[in-house]
Amino acid sequence: MNLGKTARAASHTAKALGLSLGSIMAGAVMAPQAALAAAASEPAAAATADAAASAGSYTPMAPTPGIGMPVEGGIGFQQQFSKLGEYGEWIHNSVLLPIIAVITVFVLLLLVVIIVRFNRRANPVPSKTSHNTLLEVVWTLVPVLILIGIAVPSIDLLAKQYKPAPKGALTIKVTGNQWFWTYGYPDNGEFEVVSNMLNVPGQPTINNGVREVGSEPWDGPSHLEVDNRMVVPVGEPIRLQITASDVIHSFAVPSLWFKLDAVPGRINEKVLFVEKPGVYYGQCSELCGAKHGYMPIAVEALPRDKYDAWVLTHAGGKIDGQATAASETDYLPGEEPAGDASEAPAADATAAAE
Amino acid sequence: MATTAPEHFPAHSDDHAHDHDHKPGFFARWFMSTNHKDIGTMYLIFAIIAGIIGGAFSGMMRVELAQPGIQYLDTFAKWFGAVNPDFNSTLHVWNVLITAHGLIMVFFMVMPAIIGGFGNWFVPIMIGAPDMAFPRMNNISFWLTVAGFCSLLCSAFVPGGTGLGAGTGWTVYAPLSTTGSPGPAVDFGIFALHLSGAGSIMGAINFITTIFNMRAPGMTMHKMPLFVWSVLVTAFLLLLALPVLAAAITMLLTDRNFGTTFFDPSGGGDPVLYQHLFWFFGHPEVYIMILPGFGIISQIVSTFSKKPVFGYLGMAYAMVAIGVVGFIVWAHHMYTTGLSVNTKMYFTAATMVIAVPTGIKIFSWIATMWGGSITFKSPMVWAIGFIFLFTVGGVTGVVLANGGIDDNLHDTYYVVAHFHYVLSLGAVTALFAGFYYWFPKMSGRMHSEFLAHVHFWVFFVGVNLIFFPMHFLGLQGMPRRYPDYAEAYAHWNQIATDGYMIMAASLVIWFANIAYAFVAGKKAEDNYWGEGATTLEWTLSSPPPFHQFETLPVIEEVHHH
Repeated sequence: MNLGKTARAASHTAKALGLSLGSIMAGAVMAPQAALAAAASEPAAAATADAAASAGSYTPMAPTPGIGMPVEGGIGFQQQFSKLGEYGEWIHNSVLLPIIAVITVFVLLLLVVIIVRFNRRANPVPSKTSHNTLLEVVWTLVPVLILIGIAVPSIDLLAKQYKPAPKGALTIKVTGNQWFWTYGYPDNGEFEVVSNMLNVPGQPTINNGVREVGSEPWDGPSHLEVDNRMVVPVGEPIRLQITASDVIHSFAVPSLWFKLDAVPGRINEKVLFVEKPGVYYGQCSELCGAKHGYMPIAVEALPRDKYDAWVLTHAGGKIDGQATAASETDYLPGEEPAGDASEAPAADATAAAE
Repeated sequence: MATTAPEHFPAHSDDHAHDHDHKPGFFARWFMSTNHKDIGTMYLIFAIIAGIIGGAFSGMMRVELAQPGIQYLDTFAKWFGAVNPDFNSTLHVWNVLITAHGLIMVFFMVMPAIIGGFGNWFVPIMIGAPDMAFPRMNNISFWLTVAGFCSLLCSAFVPGGTGLGAGTGWTVYAPLSTTGSPGPAVDFGIFALHLSGAGSIMGAINFITTIFNMRAPGMTMHKMPLFVWSVLVTAFLLLLALPVLAAAITMLLTDRNFGTTFFDPSGGGDPVLYQHLFWFFGHPEVYIMILPGFGIISQIVSTFSKKPVFGYLGMAYAMVAIGVVGFIVWAHHMYTTGLSVNTKMYFTAATMVIAVPTGIKIFSWIATMWGGSITFKSPMVWAIGFIFLFTVGGVTGVVLANGGIDDNLHDTYYVVAHFHYVLSLGAVTALFAGFYYWFPKMSGRMHSEFLAHVHFWVFFVGVNLIFFPMHFLGLQGMPRRYPDYAEAYAHWNQIATDGYMIMAASLVIWFANIAYAFVAGKKAEDNYWGEGATTLEWTLSSPPPFHQFETLPVIEEVHHH
C-alpha cells in the first residue's frame, strides 16, 4: 500500500520532469511572447515574475468558448464540471423546475378558467360557498408532500457538499482582497499567486500595470480573465480554505457549483473537485466596495503532471510538500452520503485575524 | 376625583351638530395632523414621491446596464456633486444607487404606502373606529419617516469611502459598512434607518392598540376584514423585528465611531454576527411588505367576485403562520457564509414550510373567485395579476430555499428576479390594486377605468420584461450589484432595460389617470363597486367625513368579512 503510493508518486515526478523537458523545447518558440507577458504583468504581480522567468515549462491554457463561462443568451445553468454540480443541476432541472413550472401553469389555468366561466355574464348569480374542509385539507397536505419530495434530494445534496476532504488532499488558501484574489499553495512550498482582472480595452484602467484582455492567445472573455489564474490539479479533491483580508468577498465559480464567502477573521473550508481539465471562470459574489465587479476568478484545472510543472515555475515551488497520492484515493464527492457530515469542519474554524 | 368639566367639553358638544366636516386650517391640518385619513393621505403622497426617486435610481441603473462597459456612471457622479471623479468614485456611484434604491423602496415607498397609507386610512374605518388609538403618535410616526428620508438623501452628498454617499448595499454588511466606508455617509444612512424604524415601531404599537381596543360593537376578531388581520400581523412583525435592526445598526454605529468591535474580528467580534442580526429583522421585513398586500387582494377578490372570502379562518391564520415562521428562517439569506451542514439543513426545511401557508392563500383566492360573478374592474385585474406574479415569485423562492441549489444562485440575478417578483411585481401590484380600489373613496373622484386597465397591461408587460430575463442571467451566473458585466450577459440585460422603459411609460399613464380624476373625474358614490363591497368603508360617503363613526356602527351577526 505504502510502497504503491510511493511508486505512484515517483511516476508523477517522472512525468513532471518529462513534461518540463518537453515544454522547455516548446518554450524556445514561445519565448518572445512569454517575455512580453512577463514585462507587462510585472508591476502588479511580483509573485509571478519568477514564474515568467522560468517560462516555457508552463503556458496558460486557452479556455474553450462557452465552457466554464456564461454563453450569450443562455437560459440555464452553465455546463457543470463537478459531480456535485451535475447533481445540483439535476435537482434543479429535473425536480425543481418541472414542479414549479407545473404549479405556475396550474395556477394560470385556474385563473383562465375563472375568467372564462365565472365572469358576470357567464355566471350572473354568485355561489355562496365559503368553506370546504376537504378541499382545504387537500391544498394544505399536497404542498407538504411536494415539499417533502423536494427536501429528500435537496438535503442529500447538502450532506454531500459537506463531505470533508481526505487527509492527504491538496490545500489551497484563497484570500479575497479589495479588489483582487490571492491564492496560497501551502502544500507546494508556500508560494502565493496574486490574481488581478485584465484591463478592458477602451475602458478606464482597472488595475495599473496589468495588460489588456486579448493581448495573449490564451485570454478568455473580458471581465472574467485574470493575469494569474488559480491553477489546480484536475480529478482530485482540493481543500479550499477561504478568507478575506479587508471586507467580505465571496469566491464563486458557477460551472463548478462553488460559492463560499471570504469573511475576514474566519476560514471557510469546502472541497473543490474539478472533473475535466479546463478554465472555469467566476466572479466575486459579495458586495465589497467600488471594484466589486472587477475581481473575477479564473480556475485553471490541469492534469497532475502539468500542475506539478506549473508549481515548479514558482520560486520556492515544491511538489513534495503533500502526498500527491491523494489523487489516487477513491474519494468521489457525491458518490455516497456522508455519515459524518455533521462533523464536517466546513464551517467556521474561526481564525485569529492577522 | 371629582372635577368640573373643562370649558371646551360643552362647547364641543354644542359644535356637534355641524362639525361633520369641520376641518382645521391648512397648517394645523397637515403639519399637526391627528386625523388618520389625513395622515394616511400624507403617507401615500410621501410614498409616491419616494417611489419616484427610488424608481429614478433604478432607471439610472438600467441604462447603465443596457450594455457592457461603463457609460453613464461618470455623469451620475457629477450629478451627485463629485468634481472630476476618479474611476473608483465613479464606480462608487453604482453602489450608492443600489443602496439608495433598496432602502428607499423598502423603507420609504412600500412600507409607508401599504401600512402608513392604506393601513391608516382603512384599518380604523373597517373596524368601525373613529380614529387610531394614539392620533398624536400617528403624526410623529409619519414625520419621523420623513426625517429619516431626509437623512438618507443627505447621505448621498457626503463622503462614504471611495466616493460620495453610502455604497454598502441596503443590507449594510460589516465590515464594508464599518472599516470599509469611512466618512459620514453611512452614519447618515444608519440614522435614516433609526428614524424611520422608530416611526414604524410607533405605528405598529398604534395599529395593535387600535385593532385590539377600538373595534365597534359586534366586530369580533373573527369578523374583522382580512386587510385588518394582515395589518395586525404586520404590526406584530414590525414590533418584534425592528428593535433587532435598531440594535444591529447601533452596533454598527459604535463600531464605526466609538471603537467597539462587535463585528470586527481583530477585537474578537464577528462580521457574520451582523448578518444574523440583520436578517433576523430582514426576513420578517419582507413579510411586512407583502402581508398587507395579501389583505388588500383578499378584499378586492371578494368584492368583485361578489362572494365572501373562501376559508376566512384559514386565510387569517395562514397570515399568522407566515408571520411566525418568518422569524425562524432568516439564515437562508446566509447560505454561503459558512454555516454548518445541520444549520443549512434546518433552514432549508424551515424555509420550505412557508410555501404551505402561502399556497393556502393562493388557492383560497382562487376558490373565492370560483363560482363568483366576477366584474373585471381595474382593481380586480390588478389583483388577478398579483396572484399570478406572486405565484411566479413564490415558486422561485422554493428553488432558492434549497441550500445546496442556492450555492449556485446566491447573490446572482436569480435572487434579484425572485425578490422583485414578490415585491416589485407582488407588493407594488397589490399597491396599485389597492390604489384603484380605494382612490375614489379617498378622493371622492372616479378615476378612468380605461386608463387604469391600460396602466395594468403596460405595467404587466414592462415588469415581466425587466425581471423574467433576470432568472436566465442568474442561472448563467451573473452576480448582483455589478455595474458592468461580460459580453455574454448583454442580450438579456438589453431586454431588461427595454422592459424598464415600458414600465416607466405605464407610470406616466398612472399619473395621467390621477390628473384626470381630479380634473374631470365623476363624483364617486358611497359604494361605487356595488353589491360585493361589504366592508364598513362603503357605508360612508366618498370621501368619508373628516370624523367618521361618531355613533359607533353595530356589526350584526350576519355582517361578514
